[in-house]
Amino acid sequence: MIVGLEIDGAGGDPAAWRGSEVDPRAILTGELAVRAVQRAEAAGIDFATFVDALEAPDDVPDRVSVRLDALGLAARVAPLTQRIGLLPTITVTHTEPFHVQASVATLDHISGGRGGWVADVSSSAEAAAVIGRREPASAAETWREARYVVDVSRRLWDSWEDDAIIRDASTGRYVDRDKLHYVAFESPTFSVKGPSIVPRSPQGHPITAVRVNTPEALEAAGDADLVLLPESEDLPTRLAPLVVVSVVVRPHVDGVEQLVELIAEWAAAGADGVHLRPGSLELDVPVIADELIPRLRERGLVGAADRGGSLRGRLGLGRPANRYVGSGR
Amino acid sequence: MSKQIHLAAHFPGVNNTTVWADPQAGSQIEFGSFRHLAETAERGTFDFFFLAEGLRLREVKGMIHDLDVVGRPESLTVLSALAAVTTHLGLAATVNSTFNEPYELAKRLSTLDHVSGGRAAWNVVTSWDAFTGENFRRGGYLDKADRYVRAQESLRIVRKLWDSWTEDQLVLDQAAGAFAREGAGAFADEGAHFDIRGRFGLPPSPQGRPVIIQAGDSEQGREFAASDADVIFSRHGTFQAGQTFYKDVKSRLPKYGRSEESLKIMPAVTVVVADTDDEAIEKAAYIREQQVSGPTALVLAELLWGRDLSAYDPDGPLPAEDPVVGSSVTQGRVGYNDPFPIVAEWRAQAEAHGWSLRQTVINQQNRQTFIGSPTTVAEAINHHVQADAADGFVLVPHLTPSGLDEFVDRVVPLLRDRGAFRDEYAGTTLRDHLGLQA
Repeated sequence: MIVGLEIDGAGGDPAAWRGSEVDPRAILTGELAVRAVQRAEAAGIDFATFVDALEAPDDVPDRVSVRLDALGLAARVAPLTQRIGLLPTITVTHTEPFHVQASVATLDHISGGRGGWVADVSSSAEAAAVIGRREPASAAETWREARYVVDVSRRLWDSWEDDAIIRDASTGRYVDRDKLHYVAFESPTFSVKGPSIVPRSPQGHPITAVRVNTPEALEAAGDADLVLLPESEDLPTRLAPLVVVSVVVRPHVDGVEQLVELIAEWAAAGADGVHLRPGSLELDVPVIADELIPRLRERGLVGAADRGGSLRGRLGLGRPANRYVGSGR
Repeated sequence: MSKQIHLAAHFPGVNNTTVWADPQAGSQIEFGSFRHLAETAERGTFDFFFLAEGLRLREVKGMIHDLDVVGRPESLTVLSALAAVTTHLGLAATVNSTFNEPYELAKRLSTLDHVSGGRAAWNVVTSWDAFTGENFRRGGYLDKADRYVRAQESLRIVRKLWDSWTEDQLVLDQAAGAFAREGAGAFADEGAHFDIRGRFGLPPSPQGRPVIIQAGDSEQGREFAASDADVIFSRHGTFQAGQTFYKDVKSRLPKYGRSEESLKIMPAVTVVVADTDDEAIEKAAYIREQQVSGPTALVLAELLWGRDLSAYDPDGPLPAEDPVVGSSVTQGRVGYNDPFPIVAEWRAQAEAHGWSLRQTVINQQNRQTFIGSPTTVAEAINHHVQADAADGFVLVPHLTPSGLDEFVDRVVPLLRDRGAFRDEYAGTTLRDHLGLQA
């Protein structure tokens, strides 16, 4: 089984930040996230996701009503970890697709091939209002566009062949321009000429994940490498290369045995893994790391902790061939 | 006490000053290169580390320019990672205000300030051309005249978002269960380019506001810097031009109610250091030759002449034709408005010295700013600063990532000996290093 961990403020429980073990300032410095991801990595967890949305979190009394930009937080974590995959949530409805793909490729470069993203949309009126450029669009429209953004991102990741940088002192050429490609992409709502500004990253294509939270997202999940499926959904027959079930967990309250059984059931049902959403990072992640993962390992449900290489390698996904190789320009 | 010097490190990138063919030249992309240069700068107690931006690969005669470094990672992501491996160094990102939304910029820059403990800076640049715009939803619609209007409005709104929380709104009272006061971060703004409202989901960052850097020599650019920037990044590395620029920009500050200390003038410069002055002069000549290969000399001449010169031999004489005004043989970089006097000067110099086209380009462009022994360079830098030709410099090394090692090891100690540069960081934020009010 693949195991992922969700990073969201002090944890998924709205009151998690109030525990005496939590320094609430550490949510804002990123220290809380760094500590949780390092613990998860040491235990052998495969990837961490970072929650985000374009608009601010709900302004509700008692809740953590602030949130760091997930990409910045994941980048902050990257040099302090070595093996765990890093997938910040990035919304694509208002952000320029060219910037999105460049940022994700950059995360892959700085993490040595552990980068990815949870592609998401912004269909709320709040998100439209903070940008002030487009009317709020329906979930169907925003997800249709998101699929184009995923598509153009992959084209741009291929727009540099792996060996485009030649540094040929004899001719004075730094790059072989025949190995750089215009993507000339057109969708109903945007176009991108290309090539990317970022050379092809270690994984070729960083991992694209989609969290299924609406029927429209389920459709778009077909394009993803990794699908985060809610526990309430039935496991679809082959949706994407990898489907993991996203589970809210509080092992420091509920114990680990129940959870081991639940995960074993999902494994038997054909899920490729679980995405654990802990109630409290400070209280639950240590239990996950010290008790749950070792129990799963004993039962042969998860692999060795120190598997290295790229995130793709860790997830058992191959490195994608470049669509432009041999195409000339 | 001497006036204190400010220093910044520029990661070498997309231009022909970066010598990528040198055996010592490392990766332009791998994180290790960025880390090496940032750690060197921090060892040298520099104020900040600076990353440029590119949004479209440059073209020459309709083809991607292949002679210089091409490609780079995205700035804010690299700097957030560097925040994890440095402790004091300021982290400056060049980010375009034309192809980004103020709300997104405010959020990303505030995040960098939070996770770095107050070390973020934004170098505000503008782009309006359709060439770059082809990579973006916004396309190339923005009129050139409108670019500062949009930039100024972007900056105003970004600041408004950073200021949208009052200090007492972040409560963090765990016992009472009050994280923040309701309504914190509410904003609304309506201008020529934006009509936005909502709530900003980040409390004031350690610096209050990340540092604002601005580059630009035009009248509009100078005024924009005088009204809004904390640092101006200029091209005037020579003493005379530096003093003139310094006086001009600083004299614009009072009308915005600002003091002379509130805006630091830091030209981009190159430095060549060797054991003796003579050796440094020789080394500088060698570097210039590396920077301008025959093919690069032709491209730089094409940029000036505005025409295809591929039939010329770079080791032969200068082209006989007149330059063409307004042609665009190259895309993605600034051309010449009036090439005639420059061409005339090049011809005169080539004739006087018997220079080939390549030798002329080498000698007329790509001159290093400070050349000499460590003592000579330290004295020149200190003289520029003490005599108000600058407040400090952004150093642009010609090598990645080791290009500042020698400067930090040999010149910085001499600046410290002269009492003109810090021995250690006095504060933790970039505003502290620059001596700016929070």
